[in-house]
Amino acid sequence: MPLTDSLRDEILGSVPSLRAFAISLSGNSDRADDLVQETLLRALANIDSFQPGSNLPAWLFTILRNLFRSDYRKRRREVEDAEGNYAKTLKTHPSQGAHLEFEEFRVALEKLPQDQREALILVGASGFSYEDAAAICGCAVGTIKSRVNRARSKLAALLYVEGAEDFGPDETVRAVIGGSGG
Amino acid sequence: MKLQGLNSRGNVEKIMKDLKSQASKNAAPRKPGGLNSEIQSRIGHQLRAMYDDVVRQGVPDRFADLIRKLDVPGGEPQVDGSGGSNDQTNGRD
Repeated sequence: MPLTDSLRDEILGSVPSLRAFAISLSGNSDRADDLVQETLLRALANIDSFQPGSNLPAWLFTILRNLFRSDYRKRRREVEDAEGNYAKTLKTHPSQGAHLEFEEFRVALEKLPQDQREALILVGASGFSYEDAAAICGCAVGTIKSRVNRARSKLAALLYVEGAEDFGPDETVRAVIGGSGG
Repeated sequence: MKLQGLNSRGNVEKIMKDLKSQASKNAAPRKPGGLNSEIQSRIGHQLRAMYDDVVRQGVPDRFADLIRKLDVPGGEPQVDGSGGSNDQTNGRD
């Protein structure tokens, strides 16, 4: 369909969640914004292929996800610099107290296999249905479900091995080694 | 406390792991075959907190400008590719 005003507004309205998705995938906000920009350019250049009435966010997320995939393959051999960049480059920070936990979560998320990470983010954070997430990732609904489950189990194992409330052994060790842990 | 033996990454990780496994002995045992629902909800909460932190930043100017520029007739960029909208080739498992 042609690029109408309302469609343009809708695309613009999807930008915040596209950025959040891109940052969650790449762990790096500069790279994420490049991905979003590329996604918008592709979407606008191919707007004729968008079916009116279909799910615009899902269409945009599909483009971004595919760009990330091809980009990722290209960059695979480059030095991994994502660690620590994400929290630093955020404009708004969570409160200092929450920061450690936040950072720990992000690091754990990056340890997940890419398939599982994207499935978990699409369903657990972006709010897509399993069906939409399956369409975005080009796989079966059952595959998405099992990826999400595996992602949750793995995160639980990485973050809360024992299921205890803030037990704090990590903080103890960090203090001992001068705060360089994590 | 001495730093001896703690200065390599591997050692630190081993110690953290040991501490965690010790902790697990003191805490309620994990239900076999399923995630404890409290942990699940914490994971969900943290995931959304991280995500929404970015969403709340809104639309950066560079993207608003980009879309506005494309408003101008003939201002569309020259971009190759299909946009990936129908790319179903990445499904794996």
